[in-house]
Amino acid sequence: MARVKLDNYVVPDAPRLGARGWLRWIWRQVTSMRVALILLLLLALASIPGSVLPQWPQDAAATRAFLAEYPFWGPVLDATGFLDVFGSAWFTAIYVLLFASLIGCIAPRAVHHWRELRRPIAATPRTLARYDGAGPETASSTPDEALAAARAALRPRAGRLGALTGYRVRVDRREDGSLALAAETGHVRELGNLVFHASLVLVLVAVAYGTLFTYRGQAIVVEGRSFTNAVVAYDTFSSGALFDPSDLDPFTLRLDSLDASFSDTGRPLHFQANVTFTEPGEDPVEETIAVNHPLEAGDAKVYLQGNGYAPVITVHDAAGEVAFSGPVVFLAQDAAYTSTGVVKVPDVSTGEQLGFKATLYPSFVEGPFAVGSVHPDPANPVIEMLVYTGDLGLDAGVPQNVYTLDESQLSPVQDADGQPVTLRLALGETVELPDGLGSVTFEELPRYGAFDLRADPSLPFLLVAALLTLAGLATSLFASRRKVWLIARVEDGTTVVTGAAYAPAHDAGVGAVLERAMAAAAGRDPAPAAGETEQA
Amino acid sequence: MNTTDLSVMALGGATVLYAIAMVAYAIRLARVADDKVAAKAAVREPVAAGGVSPAEAVGSAPAVPAASSPGAKARKAAGIARSTTLVGALLHAVGLTARGIDAGHVPWSNMYEYTISGSFFAVLAFLIIQRKRDVAYLGAGVTGIATVSLGLALTVLYKDVDTLPPALQSYWLVIHVSIATIVTGIFAVSFIASALQLMRDSRDTGRRWTGDRVRWLDAVPSAANLEALSFRLNAVGFVLWTFTVMAGAIWAEHAWGRYWGWDPKEVWSFVIWVLYAAYLHARTTQGWAGRRSAWLAIAGFTALIMNFTVVNLFFQGLHTYAGS
Repeated sequence: MARVKLDNYVVPDAPRLGARGWLRWIWRQVTSMRVALILLLLLALASIPGSVLPQWPQDAAATRAFLAEYPFWGPVLDATGFLDVFGSAWFTAIYVLLFASLIGCIAPRAVHHWRELRRPIAATPRTLARYDGAGPETASSTPDEALAAARAALRPRAGRLGALTGYRVRVDRREDGSLALAAETGHVRELGNLVFHASLVLVLVAVAYGTLFTYRGQAIVVEGRSFTNAVVAYDTFSSGALFDPSDLDPFTLRLDSLDASFSDTGRPLHFQANVTFTEPGEDPVEETIAVNHPLEAGDAKVYLQGNGYAPVITVHDAAGEVAFSGPVVFLAQDAAYTSTGVVKVPDVSTGEQLGFKATLYPSFVEGPFAVGSVHPDPANPVIEMLVYTGDLGLDAGVPQNVYTLDESQLSPVQDADGQPVTLRLALGETVELPDGLGSVTFEELPRYGAFDLRADPSLPFLLVAALLTLAGLATSLFASRRKVWLIARVEDGTTVVTGAAYAPAHDAGVGAVLERAMAAAAGRDPAPAAGETEQA
Repeated sequence: MNTTDLSVMALGGATVLYAIAMVAYAIRLARVADDKVAAKAAVREPVAAGGVSPAEAVGSAPAVPAASSPGAKARKAAGIARSTTLVGALLHAVGLTARGIDAGHVPWSNMYEYTISGSFFAVLAFLIIQRKRDVAYLGAGVTGIATVSLGLALTVLYKDVDTLPPALQSYWLVIHVSIATIVTGIFAVSFIASALQLMRDSRDTGRRWTGDRVRWLDAVPSAANLEALSFRLNAVGFVLWTFTVMAGAIWAEHAWGRYWGWDPKEVWSFVIWVLYAAYLHARTTQGWAGRRSAWLAIAGFTALIMNFTVVNLFFQGLHTYAGS
């Protein structure tokens, strides 16, 4: 019987890799630069569908519409994660592998760098003739004194940072009797590189931590009304796996007024919510919330994310009783705040339940063929509504969307010609419903603010990790990599110093450093920085 | 003449001057290449011209050889190119400033303004590098990009000044978008260097671009020198791009209540970041250094342009005001 062989060697006696060998081989591959590079490119490529296709977390409505439009490709893409790219298994696999590769690359390098830092730097080359040199110069001091002065000059940066970013120096007495100083900087480049990559891991950890403990809620508050910070008070609420609802700070927020200003052409200029903010056991404080200006509420922030009109509507039923009265949130449909809303009146004292599908025109104008709103300000607010009777379907116990009317068991009220009746109400008007069903009144027109409350305890960590990333990156790319050597020997009773320096071609500043060290060794003033700006 | 007219006229003038500069830079390249051929011919003679061929001298000092007439022609073209670029940049700056005063806010709040700012920073980056080393061979590309961008801005993208929408009323507009605009300018210059690097490399290895019609390629520095220049620009650009993305995240947290939401603009900013990160890794990886890493830098710049054009105009997202 033929045996399946993983490693198909020609020579049967050749050593097999074995399980451990294979694991080591896989780890080598994962941590190799080539694979890291391919993973990076895959990451870029894999992100692109997330910007082209509608995504569940970003826009659920668009995604649903996409699924309805493409009955074959929609579900296929959905099942393969293309409609939630950044939560998909394959995207996760790429970045997890990438971070594994990163850690596998960085950890040994950090150890190596640590050892390297504690080891003396390489000694001065036997001869400096190959490098851009300086000198020979005579010094009045002994070689030891001269090189001690040069050494001091190479460590100009005081303080702890200087120790980190300054030159590492070694001085050797050589066989020929000369004294040789070697100085180099550049280890900080590798340090920056390590900090950069380690900080990227920190960023990922901070994001993960935030995902577990974050919470976010949305609530719509009408002018004059209050809102208490509790899970049940939100229209929508979502939180991380480890979030505890009792952590919510039970503050109250009263929307005193909402300022919305528009230009003459209806372009939005400024939105601002004036609120009274009360923390338990504290005095109420007046605050403002605006776009780009959230309110700090305990460990959370409250954002003003939207606004609109919530007309106060009162409905009297056939018996003349108040069956409904209150503000109804309308959603703006265009830049002129033409808004739609729904009134559901289940609690009628007699007869069938009532429903209204309404459109609000803040600045109503009537043309020959159409009506519309010309400006978002309430210059001439008018509500048009269709009236429905029947069963609203609220008793089934199924949660309903408050912005739509379930018409399956409702029928529109029609006039004598069989046309649906459209009611038109200006602000303050009351209109009788047909067939003696009652009346409806458009009482007031307050605005509402749509607030978004969000807490993410990871933000400070994330900021620190991001700043470390940036600092590490800049250091790893811009820190200079220079070597400076000085040799001092005694010739005919006087000390003679020669020097040389080495740096990448684009780094012209190294000449000035060499000059500074030479000047210090020779006991003279450094020459004005020649060639400081010249480029090789 | 009001501020609006001043801005538009200054930018129009800058466009024309850049166009002239582009032609002059192109002529200069051709002349330098001619000189190189002449120098080669001269080298065959025993009297070598100091052993330095003009093309090598391009990278270091401008005034090496030859009071001979071909060298003078190249210098004359370079002089015209340099002065028109400089005056063009001054007019560009005037147009930009006038736009800012006219609008009452920093001139980078929509596509038109972003285009006129980005092209200005590309020219400015070029002028700054030019002060340090002779990079006249990049001039044709940079002024070409500036001409096309300004021309498109004035004809297609133009928008009358308007007040900032509430979403943009933040000092982060100054921080986040200004750095993004500057990076675009830097990456544009490095893109040209990378493109020249690839062409020059193809010519040197005899793969493509070998004909006599692209003899001007002999006038640009060696592929290795171009790679070094492009790397230094990309390094600066990458750090600034990292900052742009971070500043954007902080602003998003401040304005929208989340620092990262995979909005199309964010996705593409991420793609750009990853591509340039890949470039930085590639240039130290065996088998990827040189041509392949240059292609990655070009891919990064292409993604940057995509992010600015296609994403603004065709993708739905929170950054939609950018397209207005």
